Amino acid sequence: MLFAVLIPLLIACFIPALSKLKTKIHTGIFVFFVPFFIFIYFASFIGTDFSPVMEQYNWIPSLGINFDLYLDGLSLLFVLLISGIGALVVFYSIYYLDKSEQLGNFYVFLLMFMSAMLGVVLSDNIFVLYTFWELTSISSFLLIGYWHFKERSRYGALKSMLITVFGGLSMLGGFILLYVITGTTSIQEMIQQADIILSSNYLPLILGFILLGAFTKSAQFPFHIWLPDAMEAPTPVSAYLHSATMVKAGLFLVARFSPIFATYEWFFIVVSVIGIITLCWGSYMSVRQTDLKAILAFSTISQLGMIMAMLGFGTPIAIFAAVFHILNHATFKGSLFMVAGIVDHETGTRDIRKLGGLATLMPITATLAIFGTFSMAGVPLPFLNGFYSKEMFFDATLGLGSGGWSQVIPYLAVIGSIFTFVYSMYFFFGTFTGKKQLDQLPKKPHEAPIGMLISPIILVAGVILIGLFPNMVNAPFLQHAATAVNNAVEYNKISFWHGFIPPLFMSLAVVGIGTVLFITRKKWQAVYNFLPGKTSFNHIYNGIISKLDTFSKRITNFYMTGSLKTYMSLILSTVLIISVVYMFLTDGFAFSTNQLAEPSFIEIAVVAVMIIAAIATIYMNHNVAAILVLGVVGFGVAILFVIYRAPDIALTQLVIETVTVALFLLCFYHLPKMRKSTDSLKTKTVNAIISIAFGALITIVAISANSSRWFDSISDYFVENSHKLGGGDNIVNVILVDFRGLDTLFEISVLGIAALAVVGLIKMKKNKEAE
Amino acid sequence: MEIITSILAGVLFATAIYNLLQKQLIRIIIGTALISHGAHILILTMGRLKAGQPPILIEGISNYTDPLPQALILTSIVISFGVTSLLLVLAYRASQENNTDNMEELRGNENE
Repeated sequence: MLFAVLIPLLIACFIPALSKLKTKIHTGIFVFFVPFFIFIYFASFIGTDFSPVMEQYNWIPSLGINFDLYLDGLSLLFVLLISGIGALVVFYSIYYLDKSEQLGNFYVFLLMFMSAMLGVVLSDNIFVLYTFWELTSISSFLLIGYWHFKERSRYGALKSMLITVFGGLSMLGGFILLYVITGTTSIQEMIQQADIILSSNYLPLILGFILLGAFTKSAQFPFHIWLPDAMEAPTPVSAYLHSATMVKAGLFLVARFSPIFATYEWFFIVVSVIGIITLCWGSYMSVRQTDLKAILAFSTISQLGMIMAMLGFGTPIAIFAAVFHILNHATFKGSLFMVAGIVDHETGTRDIRKLGGLATLMPITATLAIFGTFSMAGVPLPFLNGFYSKEMFFDATLGLGSGGWSQVIPYLAVIGSIFTFVYSMYFFFGTFTGKKQLDQLPKKPHEAPIGMLISPIILVAGVILIGLFPNMVNAPFLQHAATAVNNAVEYNKISFWHGFIPPLFMSLAVVGIGTVLFITRKKWQAVYNFLPGKTSFNHIYNGIISKLDTFSKRITNFYMTGSLKTYMSLILSTVLIISVVYMFLTDGFAFSTNQLAEPSFIEIAVVAVMIIAAIATIYMNHNVAAILVLGVVGFGVAILFVIYRAPDIALTQLVIETVTVALFLLCFYHLPKMRKSTDSLKTKTVNAIISIAFGALITIVAISANSSRWFDSISDYFVENSHKLGGGDNIVNVILVDFRGLDTLFEISVLGIAALAVVGLIKMKKNKEAE
Repeated sequence: MEIITSILAGVLFATAIYNLLQKQLIRIIIGTALISHGAHILILTMGRLKAGQPPILIEGISNYTDPLPQALILTSIVISFGVTSLLLVLAYRASQENNTDNMEELRGNENE
C-alpha cells in the first residue's frame, strides 16, 4: 500500500524529463499506467470476505506521527474511485490537451494530487492525513491555475486555496485537540476511545473545527463559492478533482469520523442541516447557470450536499445510500464533465445559450449525456444508478422519525431534487436538442475523436451496469464501505421495485413537477434572475477580501507614517505604559533611606547646574551655545565622578567630553544653523508629557532599585583578587583588561568600526563628487 | 544623595527625550549625548555612592567603592563616544546630501 500512495509522487519526478519527448509521444501515455496499475492492485481487494488491512511505517515516532495506512471498505471505495477515474481522466486528457500545452506541468500536478488523495483516504494517522489534505489543496491550486495567463484562472485558484486552506487549518486545530484528549494519533484508536472524546468539554470545538475542514473541502454551504470558480481549470481536472475525488475528501472525513460523533446530537443537526441547505441551494443555483461547467459545478455542490445530509442522518440506510451515491455520483458526474469538455472542444463554447441541436452532429456524445443527465436527475428507470441512491435518500429522509422539525427534511429533499431534475434536463435538452445555431459557434461541430469518447463511455457503462445489476457492487464492495462508517448494515439487497411506497411517490412527484417546471422554464426566468441577486456569497467573499486589503492598508498607514518622531513616540509610550502598568501590578515601588550617602553642598550645586544646563539645551537656538550647554552637562558628570571616587572614569569623561565638544564645534560649523522649534503647542505638549513621564519613570525605577537590594555586590571578589590574581592595584583597570577583558576587546572594535565608518562617510563623498 | 542623583538621571533622560523628539538632526544628536550621560549617572548611582575609598588598592584600607560599575561606565563612555562621533559625521553628510536637516522631510522614495 505504501508504494501505491507514493508511486505517483515518484513518477512525477520523472515527468519533466519524459515531457521532453512530447513531440513524439504524448506525456499522458506514460502517466496513464500509474493510476491504472494502482487501480488493478486495489481492485484485487474487492470481495465478500474483505477485511480491513493496516500497514505501519515509522516516520516521526517520537511525536507519534507514523505513516500508518489503513484500508477498510470506505478507503477501498475511495482509492478505487481515485485510481479508476484517475486512469480514465488521464486517458481523456491525452486527447483533450494539445501537445503544445505544458504537459509536463499538468501531469506533475495531477500525479501530486493523486498521491495526496490516496494518502488522505488511506492514512490512519491524523497528522499524516492533514499533510496529504493540504497537499491536495496545493495541487488543486496549481491545477486550477494551470492556464495561469488567464485572469479568471488565477482568481479561481486563489479563491479555492484561501477557502480550503482556511478549512484545512481549522481541521488541524480539531486534530490537535483530539490528540490532546485521547493521547493517540491513530484514527482507529480514537474510534475506540469515542467515549472519552464524547465526554470531553472540547467536544463542540473539535466537531466545529473538523466539520469546517470537511465543509470547505466539500464545497458545502456557504463555502461552496470556490467550486464554480474552479471551473477555469482544464476539463479533465474539473472532472477528476471537482466532481469525483477532492470534493469528496470532506465527505470522506465526515464518514471517517462519524463512528466517533454518530451519537452526538449536534453532529446530526449540523451535518444534516448544512447538507440539506447545500442540496437545495446548489440545485437552485444550478438552474440559473448558462455555462455547461457552471451547471455541473453547482450540480456537484448540490449532490455533495445530499451525500453530506445522508452522512448526518447516520441511520444505516442513510449511510448505505451515501456510500452508494458517492460511487454513482462519481460515475455520472465524471462522464458529464467529459461530455461538457467534448462539447467545448468540438464547438469552441460552453455557453448553453449558443448551443443547441447537437444531437444529430454528435450522436455518441449525446447518447452519453442522456444517460449521465437522467441518472443525475434520478429518473426512475432500471438502468440508471442515480435513481437507486436517490430513492434510498428519500427513504432515509422518511426514516428520521416524527420528531419536530426533522419532518421538514423530506420536503426539502423533494424540492432540491426537483431543481436537480430541471437542471439535468436543461443540460441535456439545451445542448443537444432544439434549434441549431451553427453560425454562433466558433468552430464547426463534429463528433469527437474516439479516444476522447472512451473514458466517458466506460463511465456511462458503469452507470448502466450498476443500474442493471446493483447487487453486483453491493455485497463485495458497498457493504464493506457502509460497515466502516456504521456497523449496523441492514440493507442487504438493492432492488428497483419496492412496491407503492412513499419514496416512489416522491420520485414520481420530482419527475412530474420537474417536467412542468422545465417546460415552463422561460416563464420562471424572471424569478431565477431576481432571487439570489445581491445575496450571492461571492459578493460577501469579494467584499471580505477587498475590505481586508483596505483595512490592513489603513492600519499600516495609520502608524507607518514615515516620521521618525512618531515611531519614537510610539516606542517610548509603549515602554512607558508597560513599565508603569507592570510596576503598579507587582507593587514594584520601594522607598527606603537606609545607607544613603550624605549630600554635601558642592554635590547639590553641581547637580543643580547640570539640571539647569540640561534643560537649557532645549531652549538654545544657537549652535555654539547649544554645544557649550551640553559641555556643561558633560563636565558636570566628570565632576560627579570625581566626587564619587571614580578617578578613571572622571579622567576618561574629561578627555572624551573635551574631544566631543571639539568634534561638535567642528561639525556644527558645517551643519545648518539651529532654528527655533516650529512645532505647534499641541505637539510640544505631547513631547513634554512623554519626556517628563519617561524621566519620572527613570527616577522612580532608580529609587526603587536602590531601595531594594536583595544581595551583596560581587565586587568583594575583585577587591580581594585584583592584586593576587591580576597583579595590579587599580581595581577598575584590572577589571577592564583582566577580569573582563573581552568587553574591552569589543569596545575597541566598536571604536575601530566607528572610525572606519567615519572615514568611509567622508571618502564616499569624494567618490561621488568624482563621478 | 542617591535620590538626588536619581532625580538628576531622570531630568537628563527627560531633556534627552524631548530633544530626540525634535525635528532637527542636531537636536537629536544632543539628545543621544544627554541620554548617555543620564545612563552613566544611573549606573554610578546603582553602585552606591561614597561607600568607601577610590578603588585603588592601598595598604591598610579595606573599604572601597564598587569598582565594577566604574568599569562598566568606562566601557560605555568609550562606546557612546564612538557612536556620537559617527552620528555627527552622518548628520553632516546627510544634511549635505539632502540639503535639509529636518527629519520630517527625510522620508525616502515613494517607490521604496
